Amino acid sequence: MLTRRTLLASACSAAASPLLTPVVFAATPGENRLVVIVLRGAMDGIGSVVPYGDNRLPELRPTLATAVGMADLDGFYGLHPHFAGLQPLWQSGELGFVHAVSTPYRDKRSHFDGQDALENGTGAMDGQMTGGRDGWLNRAIARIPGASAETAIAIGQSRLLLMEGGAPVGSWSPATEFALAEDERGLLARLYADDPLFRAAFEGASGFSEMGRAVPRENGRALAEFAVERLNGPARIAAFSLGGWDTHRGQDNAIKNPARQLAEAITTLKAGLGANWERTAVVAVTEFGRTARENGSRGTDHGTGGAMVVAGGALRGSKVHGRWPGLDNLYEDRDLMPTGDLRAWAGYTLHALFGISAVDVEREVFPGVDLREAKGIMA
Amino acid sequence: MTTMRQSIAATRFGTGLRPGAAPPDRAEDLLAELAAGASTPMLIPPSPLAERAAAFKAFREARRADPDGMEMKGQRRGMREEFRRDSVARVLQRAFGAHPFFERLSAFWADNFTTSARGLALVMLVPTHEPEAIRPHVAGRFADLLKAAVLHPAMLAYLDQSASVGPNSPAGKRRDRGLNENLAREVLELHTLGADGPYSQKDVTEFAELLTGFMVNVGTGERIFRPRVAEPGAETVLGRSYGGGQASPSDAEAFLEDLAVHPGTARHLSHKLAAHFIADAPPADMVARMEQEWLRTKGELTAVYAAMLDHPAAWSDDRAKIRQPVEIIAAALRATGAKPDDLDPDRRQLQTGVIGGLSRLNQPMFRAPGPDGWPEDAAAWITPQGLAARLDWATKMGRVFAERGLDPRRYAINALGALADDELRFLVGAAAEKWEGFALALASPAFNRR
Repeated sequence: MLTRRTLLASACSAAASPLLTPVVFAATPGENRLVVIVLRGAMDGIGSVVPYGDNRLPELRPTLATAVGMADLDGFYGLHPHFAGLQPLWQSGELGFVHAVSTPYRDKRSHFDGQDALENGTGAMDGQMTGGRDGWLNRAIARIPGASAETAIAIGQSRLLLMEGGAPVGSWSPATEFALAEDERGLLARLYADDPLFRAAFEGASGFSEMGRAVPRENGRALAEFAVERLNGPARIAAFSLGGWDTHRGQDNAIKNPARQLAEAITTLKAGLGANWERTAVVAVTEFGRTARENGSRGTDHGTGGAMVVAGGALRGSKVHGRWPGLDNLYEDRDLMPTGDLRAWAGYTLHALFGISAVDVEREVFPGVDLREAKGIMA
Repeated sequence: MTTMRQSIAATRFGTGLRPGAAPPDRAEDLLAELAAGASTPMLIPPSPLAERAAAFKAFREARRADPDGMEMKGQRRGMREEFRRDSVARVLQRAFGAHPFFERLSAFWADNFTTSARGLALVMLVPTHEPEAIRPHVAGRFADLLKAAVLHPAMLAYLDQSASVGPNSPAGKRRDRGLNENLAREVLELHTLGADGPYSQKDVTEFAELLTGFMVNVGTGERIFRPRVAEPGAETVLGRSYGGGQASPSDAEAFLEDLAVHPGTARHLSHKLAAHFIADAPPADMVARMEQEWLRTKGELTAVYAAMLDHPAAWSDDRAKIRQPVEIIAAALRATGAKPDDLDPDRRQLQTGVIGGLSRLNQPMFRAPGPDGWPEDAAAWITPQGLAARLDWATKMGRVFAERGLDPRRYAINALGALADDELRFLVGAAAEKWEGFALALASPAFNRR
């Protein structure tokens, strides 16, 4: 069997292999860092960043405890108590939100198409993906000067379309414990030699042994802890997803756990990144918002406009960005009216952190987006 | 020695090869399984719904009496044990059921109509969904399958139908409650027309109104229809009007009958079937033929399956699909030559192997991540993480088989028949230890593709 030391050595040589990393070694992607969190299931923007200053709110949400125990943010919005763990970051200017934003996807309100559209970055209203059917973050990585296969890491068991595409990225899952003997590795390489799908996956998996630390569950803290480890090392971009936001029923209770996972993920990133947190942006996005009215079972159904959560020293916090449309102006008389494209806010962040040209972002990363609306996002 | 055509059919349309058995290699033999499959009892069926509901009720009462007491914990442990047994039994059903094509179709429809065990009430309901709502209709009319699957208590509970109240119904007015459109949306988006299908938000809302009244009786676990909860008046869905008289369960059922033979349903589900069995992007003419049969027979599913099997691509040696984790675990057991009677679902080691294996491979039984079920595409399963998990599983299975004294070279032939080519047989034989030989066979593309 291989010892940990030799495993490390083989993994490092694999990472430096010219086949895997066609890199100009002089260039580096810089010191800025980005963490993208996909909130799967559609986070309720209105119930999270509560527009308590909008006087139609009590009528639309008579029983949901949207205003009970809420922490005031700016005299108009309040933070739902389930996010209490994030309140200190708001005070220190390291947490903000963008409200009433959405992807261009409209009307069908399908989680699955909505998430594909969110991760692909398409500008199509029907959710039709861009030609490459790849992820916007992968297209961005391909345009970062000096990026290598170690620059970005997709974390977690579930598929992350956001990171898929032509640019090489690493991946890691806390559930994998993986170790191979050298001779077995040789037999497997032969076993997969003629099958491109298996061969590529095997090459990707061969780096895992270096990181074979078992974590019991995929929770916000565990995923963030791993992101911290990589971001304090060679990685500059990490992405993972957190589920559980589809709160059709008993929302006040159902949203507790996902909200806590998100809060723990963000506080874990801040604590672990230390001085690097100043150069970090965390962007949490969801496929769409939820109905402005609560439904018949103290929950909310699939909607349109929603909210983004942004954090980190690189972004401008203590502010709810975006334009509030008012609850008397609902989309299709049911959903929060989107006044902004969430892709613009993610896109401007990429442009400012990694020097990807605005033209590239507006044409290649997020086709058809206009970055100007999101300039206020950077600190 | 099984032929190439038999080996391909056994993995593509069944749950793999089994020593000593000659698998079917003609469409008519596969289709002949279907009627028999529907009438053959399951090897180890889940306990009856009434017993399960009683167990859940006893748990709730114990919890009310003492939220942290021994009685509550005992009841909870009992339900979890039952669920583990159900999970193992379902894998054994796939591995050893007498009609493998029927098993695969039943699993396909159970996934199309996903219910997932989130919370203890669903832990008790979900394992009954396939036996009660799916299996009787796999070889019948899609309309019957649709009605049974959508209106089964497990689905009503899983997609929140029990919490949906007609806002203008007597109950809605008195308690100020309203609609929950979760089930209505997923029926259109996932179970029938597909997300790109011809429906609008208004159809979702009107269908949700039409579905009001269906609920689950928590005491008995049965479906009930409560007219007091049903939205009064007619609803227009996909351009036709339903209901309007005395509120009745047949209002929603009439719509489901029409939806079952809607061209959008025929198109979406023909494609989905072919994508599951044949290729992620199946031949267009195959899908078109299936769709025609669907419309011609008004959704007689056996005719649709026959159209799929009639196409040459059904018998090609492309093997473009990836077997899902449940399939590889069932196939690994099946190839050992064990008999179902040898396998006791209450035995701890079998539970650990099967349940632990499914969890490691990221496909826990009865616990799909969402109502859209498990991913279909090859690329979603054979990721670096996914392949690492398969290698990890193959290694652990290899150690178990080696301890049992099986021979990996013979096992590779038993499991793969003509699909075990010279290179694979060489590699299995070249392994330094027996367990490695098994691991190589189980982790091979030949074993993981179909």
